[in-house]
Amino acid sequence: MIHFVLIINRQRKLRLTKWYSPYSQKERTKVIREISELMLRRHHKMCNFFEWGGLKVVYRRYTGLFFCMCIDPDDNELETQEVIHQYVRILDRYFGKVCELDLIYDFHKAYFILDELVIAGELQESNRRTVVRRIFAQVSLSLDIHISHSLVDAAKEEGPGSVDGITIPFKIIIYLKLQN
Amino acid sequence: MAGPSMMETLFQRTLEDLIKGMRLQLIGESAFISKAVEEIRREIKSTDLHTKSIALQKLTYLNSLHDVDMSWAAFHAVECMSSSRFADKRIGYVAASQSFNESTPVLLLITNQLRKDLTSVNEHEASLALECLAKIGTVDLARDLTPEVFTLLSSSKVFVRKKSIGVTMRVFEKYPDAVRVCFKRLVENLESSDPQSLSATVGVFCELAAKDPLSYLPLAPEFYRILVDSKNNWVLIKVLKIFARLAPLEPRLAKKVTEPICEHMRRTGAKSLMFECVRTVVGSLSEYESAVKLAVVKIRELLLEDDPNLKYLGLHALSIVAPKHSWAVLENKEVVIKSLSDEDANIKLESLRLVMAMVSESNIIEISRVLVHYALKSDPEFCNEILGSILSTCSRNFYEIVMDFDWYVSLLGEMSRTPHCQKSEEIEFQLIDVGMRVRDARPELVRLARSLLIDPALLGNPFLHRILSAAAWVSGEYVEFSLNPFELAEALIQPRASLLPTSIRVVYLQSVFKILIFCVNSYLSQTETLADLEPEVPDSISQRENSEASDLASVRALFEREHDEAFNPGVLDRPSTDNSIEDIGNAADGDGQTSTFVSFRKNGFTRESIVNLVNLVEVAMRPLSVSLEVEMLERTCNILGLIEVLKRELPAVFQNEKVLEKEELEVLKLIKLMNDAFSEELGPVSTSAQERVPIPDGLVLKDNLADLDEVMGDVKLPSSSSFSLESPYNGQRMDPASCNVQSKEDSEASSESTSLLAEHRKRHGLYYLPSEGNGTISNDYPPANDLKSGDTNQDDTEDFVKLTAQSLVSKKKPNYAKPRPVVVKLDEGESVPVVLKKRDSRDDLLSGAVRDILLGDDAVKLSSSIKGKEKVNADPLDSKENMHDMENSSHRKSSSRRSKQRPHRKERGQTNPEKLGVEKEEHGGKVKSKSSHRHGRQKSRQKAEGSSDIIAETPVIPDFLL
Repeated sequence: MIHFVLIINRQRKLRLTKWYSPYSQKERTKVIREISELMLRRHHKMCNFFEWGGLKVVYRRYTGLFFCMCIDPDDNELETQEVIHQYVRILDRYFGKVCELDLIYDFHKAYFILDELVIAGELQESNRRTVVRRIFAQVSLSLDIHISHSLVDAAKEEGPGSVDGITIPFKIIIYLKLQN
Repeated sequence: MAGPSMMETLFQRTLEDLIKGMRLQLIGESAFISKAVEEIRREIKSTDLHTKSIALQKLTYLNSLHDVDMSWAAFHAVECMSSSRFADKRIGYVAASQSFNESTPVLLLITNQLRKDLTSVNEHEASLALECLAKIGTVDLARDLTPEVFTLLSSSKVFVRKKSIGVTMRVFEKYPDAVRVCFKRLVENLESSDPQSLSATVGVFCELAAKDPLSYLPLAPEFYRILVDSKNNWVLIKVLKIFARLAPLEPRLAKKVTEPICEHMRRTGAKSLMFECVRTVVGSLSEYESAVKLAVVKIRELLLEDDPNLKYLGLHALSIVAPKHSWAVLENKEVVIKSLSDEDANIKLESLRLVMAMVSESNIIEISRVLVHYALKSDPEFCNEILGSILSTCSRNFYEIVMDFDWYVSLLGEMSRTPHCQKSEEIEFQLIDVGMRVRDARPELVRLARSLLIDPALLGNPFLHRILSAAAWVSGEYVEFSLNPFELAEALIQPRASLLPTSIRVVYLQSVFKILIFCVNSYLSQTETLADLEPEVPDSISQRENSEASDLASVRALFEREHDEAFNPGVLDRPSTDNSIEDIGNAADGDGQTSTFVSFRKNGFTRESIVNLVNLVEVAMRPLSVSLEVEMLERTCNILGLIEVLKRELPAVFQNEKVLEKEELEVLKLIKLMNDAFSEELGPVSTSAQERVPIPDGLVLKDNLADLDEVMGDVKLPSSSSFSLESPYNGQRMDPASCNVQSKEDSEASSESTSLLAEHRKRHGLYYLPSEGNGTISNDYPPANDLKSGDTNQDDTEDFVKLTAQSLVSKKKPNYAKPRPVVVKLDEGESVPVVLKKRDSRDDLLSGAVRDILLGDDAVKLSSSIKGKEKVNADPLDSKENMHDMENSSHRKSSSRRSKQRPHRKERGQTNPEKLGVEKEEHGGKVKSKSSHRHGRQKSRQKAEGSSDIIAETPVIPDFLL
């Protein structure tokens, strides 16, 4: 199972943390420090796994951001890499060309997306479309407006951030505002 | 009231504002954060739920990324959770799942809220509650919410169902009895047509099977079907993991799954799946030759990839296969060796492990040579990895694979001279360990010790101090093998030794003491033949000393006083010791070369060399006798005391060479006694030696050790008086009389102590491993080395090599590994109960519950009686729980009753089938939709149960597959 997920940038700034195993606040700080130390030291030509405290850390680097997941030693490293990639692709789809700023300003959304992807340290949804649809639906719920699935689907069909760089959530909001 | 609230809402900073502010702040991050937290503390008290939730969201953000404590806001999180607005609710849930833990007090308040949301018609609310439960589920929550999770497991909404499946794992873990309620539905999801539910279910089983694979064997047919049918790589990887755990338990299953796994391995394009197949085969199916061959082919493919990830995984897989199929490693030897110089530390480490896995008796020398050579060139960290792995591999199982110990000793020497070497502790241990265990290696050890000790450069490296300490010990303990003890003593008292820490200096001093005793004793024991020897001396000693020796032989007695004067300036400044030296000023080295080098021959403990040694040691010891370190002080005083006695008595010895007179001298007895004590062999002591001492009949061991002080007081008293060093200044004081008295006392005390030690050894022989052969080996030199001077080292080495080669041929295995089977067994015996204790009783409960569901009681027969006992212990927990789940209570009672009966196997036999029948009916009633397939399976299970009632110990696994 996945014990925790960290997103750290090259300057060691934390961008996201998610813990699936119980770690106290003190342990969390220590873990983050150790992992970032080990991870950032690694050359890009090195392999993307390393052993840490009896567990295994799998990371992937996307420009300046390191996405890292800590797994059990007998878990499949390549599969975990795939999970990371899946997550990034969903982020990409949702934000439309995701960049670090998206994660900074829409921290909570990145968080929700991860929740849809992984539950209790296990991958729960491998279908990107489904995850994105869920998130849209929740966004609509947060706006206290009910959007039918067909609407979301219609918006989604146009693809991520397709028109003039306006991402889908905005489009829905604009659409809804026009409706009102 | 609405006023301020409204204002707050309007002017409240959102999370986005906070983040933006954080990026633009000028006052420093921590100051900004503490200001923000102030603000949050104010806002969060607002009556307006929206304001509160925004504040909570900001706090969650700060907690997540900036380590801000949020435990104080737990109650606010609960308040937000109960909001009717989804946005607020979600913020509350996120905050809760992030910050709550088992000890959060408000946890008790959220049970009802969670229940309400779990049963909500809004699937998103249900999913929030499920996510939260997955994260913070406690025993209480898991128990109270089991019915809701059970309902959701068959929800028509796939989205909720798969989440509830994920949650069951957490629920089972916390509350094993939930298995009895939920397990059937979970199993049904294995047949789900929805790939996501299937994936989630397999994931849960994968985790469950990791903890206790045995319980899930009966589900093997389902997993097998998925393995064959599924096209989903995510699912396949998980199923493979399950089989990797099940296959070792059931050979028939292993046989059955090998083919489909190989099929996947051949066909798949996904590296992750392929690697999982490889890992399953090499890890769990390693007895199937063809499968392993295929896996090794695939491993080779991975190794030849450019991607470092795949290369690493390939090496990793190889290291799994290595213990059973070393040919696989040998086949890929070049790649492995090449990877040693990879830039990635992980890859290097894996390949190092593999290289060490290839090591055998025949190639250890070659491999070690290559590796040590390589270590010289690599970075410090990896260099130490290499050294560490060589050390651990060679010392494994009492140096099992080392055939040639002379080689090994020299390897240890080479390693300790490696720059960056930080394994000094291990090398220190092994030097001493080899010395104690391997008699044949001692000459080589002493030679190594000499070369380490005489190199002044090594003293400057603090990493080597531990090794030097071992070298010093070896040189003192096995001095009889030394070609030149004088040289050793000189090395031990060299001025640069002051760079050493006290703890190691002390070892140095003790070794000097031993060497001194040895030399004097050797000299004295040969004085009887000295007269005969004198004429021979000039022939065999080195040229430099030649003239002196012959001089001495003739004019020894005559020139004593004269040479005394010449001697003094030759030695380093000795401010206050002149008067005491006078007595034995016969140190007749007219050339004044005493302190530099004294050549030594086998039978050549000449008088002047002894005297030189004594003087030299005394000179070196004097400054130390005012040391502030007690230990050092004590040992220095011991040595000085001995020297004092020697000086008093020795002139007489030198003059009167008659044996009769000699024996009357106290000093001779003293020296002899000490030498005997030191040449007594120290053997390795088993860690469990104490336990092996049988308790005598009359002895009653007390639990209360209150009177221990009394006993200890008795013990301490004599020892403290006998070893007292009343005047630590005795070196400085010029009063020779008091000095003598002091030293006499000292020597008496030490002789007393050594005799005590010898006595102890005699009495408690069983503490010490049997020392084979003679205790005193002082005159037991190998004849090959006879009459050989110290500078012909090379010949010596060759001789040693020959010697050991002969012993290797003759004995095949020299007596290095002193057989200690009892020790090993004892240690193993100790470790077993520890492992058993480690098992969590909760895990046992869980697996027990699963087995009950899947097999009825049959599985219990397999579980050990220990487990049964633990179950009984855990039972109060069962009974404590309020029987809230209505329909289930009767069923559960019966099951807990059963678990109580478990240890009494015989009683159970008759009643079992009926109970099982009852259980099954209950379940049949509960679970509405049941496929015909399941019915068929149940029948077969019943059959299996019937048969296993008759044959008690047959494996539990019914023949579903076969």
